[in-house]
Amino acid sequence: MITLTDITKSYKMGPNTFQALKGITLTIEEGEFVAIMGPSGSGKSTLMHIIGALDIPTTGKYVLDGEPVEKLTDDELADIRNRKIGFVFQSFNLLPRMSILKNVALPLAYADDPDRIEKAKKVLEQVGLGSKLQNKSNEISGGQVQRVAVARALVTNPRLLLADEPTGNLDTKTGDEIMHFFAELNNKGNTIIMVTHEPEIAAHAKRVITLRDGLIHSDVRQKPHHEPYGQ
Amino acid sequence: MDNKETLMTAFEALLGNKLRTGLAILGIVIGIGAVVALITLGQGATQSVQNSISTLGANLLTVSPGAASQGGGIRGSAGSGTSLTLADAQAITSSPTVTTVKAVSAEASRNYQVTYKKENTNSSVTGAFATYLSVHDDTLAQGTFFTEKDMNSLAKKAVLGATVATDLFGTANPIGQTVQINHIPFKVVGVLTSKGGTGFFSQDDIILAPLLTVQKLLLGSSNIQSISVQATSSDVMTTASEQITTLLLNRHHIKDPAKADFNIRSQADILSTATSATSTLTGLLAGIAAISLLVGGIGIMNIMLVTITERTREIGIRKAIGAKKKDILTQFLFESIVLTLTGGILGILFGFALSFLGSKLLSIPFTITFFAPFIAFTVSSAIGIIFGYYPARKAATMQPIQALRYE
Repeated sequence: MITLTDITKSYKMGPNTFQALKGITLTIEEGEFVAIMGPSGSGKSTLMHIIGALDIPTTGKYVLDGEPVEKLTDDELADIRNRKIGFVFQSFNLLPRMSILKNVALPLAYADDPDRIEKAKKVLEQVGLGSKLQNKSNEISGGQVQRVAVARALVTNPRLLLADEPTGNLDTKTGDEIMHFFAELNNKGNTIIMVTHEPEIAAHAKRVITLRDGLIHSDVRQKPHHEPYGQ
Repeated sequence: MDNKETLMTAFEALLGNKLRTGLAILGIVIGIGAVVALITLGQGATQSVQNSISTLGANLLTVSPGAASQGGGIRGSAGSGTSLTLADAQAITSSPTVTTVKAVSAEASRNYQVTYKKENTNSSVTGAFATYLSVHDDTLAQGTFFTEKDMNSLAKKAVLGATVATDLFGTANPIGQTVQINHIPFKVVGVLTSKGGTGFFSQDDIILAPLLTVQKLLLGSSNIQSISVQATSSDVMTTASEQITTLLLNRHHIKDPAKADFNIRSQADILSTATSATSTLTGLLAGIAAISLLVGGIGIMNIMLVTITERTREIGIRKAIGAKKKDILTQFLFESIVLTLTGGILGILFGFALSFLGSKLLSIPFTITFFAPFIAFTVSSAIGIIFGYYPARKAATMQPIQALRYE
């Protein structure tokens, strides 16, 4: 599903160029549950952004579902993000002025889906927030906000779910809940890639890729990826 | 994203910061309001001028002397010539070739100080024929007019305009009283009916006296400043004008009509001149008002630029979940158009209120036309698009990851 070949990414920081990724070659199959680990500055967030079509690599090839991503226009990238990818951001990134329901329906609004409100309601019920539809994000708890963010990522029924430190701001119990939810999704066939620096969170994944200084340091398959979680 | 949804989003965003939205709208309200008020007032003023010109008299032609011309070709100002004589006026009345003229009055006037007891005023003293009333479609409120006999006997009789009568006599009856015009006593025989008209166009601020009396006792010259001619009907205005031209050219021994030493103007000519003058003035004032509209537009642009900077993260989120350039562009463009259109509609109401007060204050007619609001509506939406486009485009072309990282 995802094929990265010799991906590099450099940023200009004043007169210096900072190379965040120094040559990543990686293949991720449909249905995998991958954790990307590494110390801060190792390039794991950058890699996540490139996989999520939010950022384009400086050099290298990225093929997503047979499509060479680096050749797409801004609007085509927006379309890919809308249809194929669901994002759960570290800082949740909900729109504070809108109700939770509208936040979750927003990706479908950009896809011009006439049933967006019904679909958003359904997903919010799945994550256990059916009673908070009209609340704003500052009126619910941190764990609930994270579940809203997950609901928004799932509402388009994307094949690929990307999560950046999905449990970073949560207590252990809520974090575990989110992980169980991810595992269930993975059992249903969704591909999940998450960035984390916590080994106990990464333990939920079937494959753990560790980055160091912009290169892959290790790539360990903990479980075969067809094996349903929890067995 | 469909337009309805985008419009809702724009409203939500604008309601999210009411004070800022209100201030941005205020700029447009003032701009549009000023333009609408000035255009409406200008139209009212034009109307008022037209009304007062139409009271000058129907079917009226005015013959005035041409510019005095020296041999060297230096021309004086129009009307400065002395080419018209009393004999010309009498010829127009009696000539068999002029068949379309009903009444003629030769006139000469100058401003004099006029006193009655302790009251005094400065007014235009006009020497005229006894036919003045019928030539100018004028009537008397009280008393009588002077006659042809009075003219020939140099009678010192005066007929007062309504304003002069009020200024000098208040509510007292002026008939039979004696007023001093330039220290010469004149007996008041009549008062003209008020014609209305305001300010610089008042036709009530006038004193009429027999032409010969005015020429001999006041002006000290036999010059005639104008000959007013009433044509028999409005259909023969052109014919009358041609007949008078031919007659006067003959009398003045001028062969080339282009070198005529007199002008003939109809009421319609005066009307169009005055109308074009007031329209020019209106246009000028509206132009100045348009500058405040421009300032309002720049205010909108400023607000929109601040807004997109503040909401960079929001733009990043929207792009991350699939908003295309067009979606972001329309979202912010809608916001600025909603701002300017709301401002435009409020501005139209504000402008009408302002011009209503203004017209009461200047006592000119208040007319609501659809021209001013139509222009205001078009202009305000155009401002929304023009001044909103740059900020909206800036938002639309942001890179999602940079926008998301923006703190």
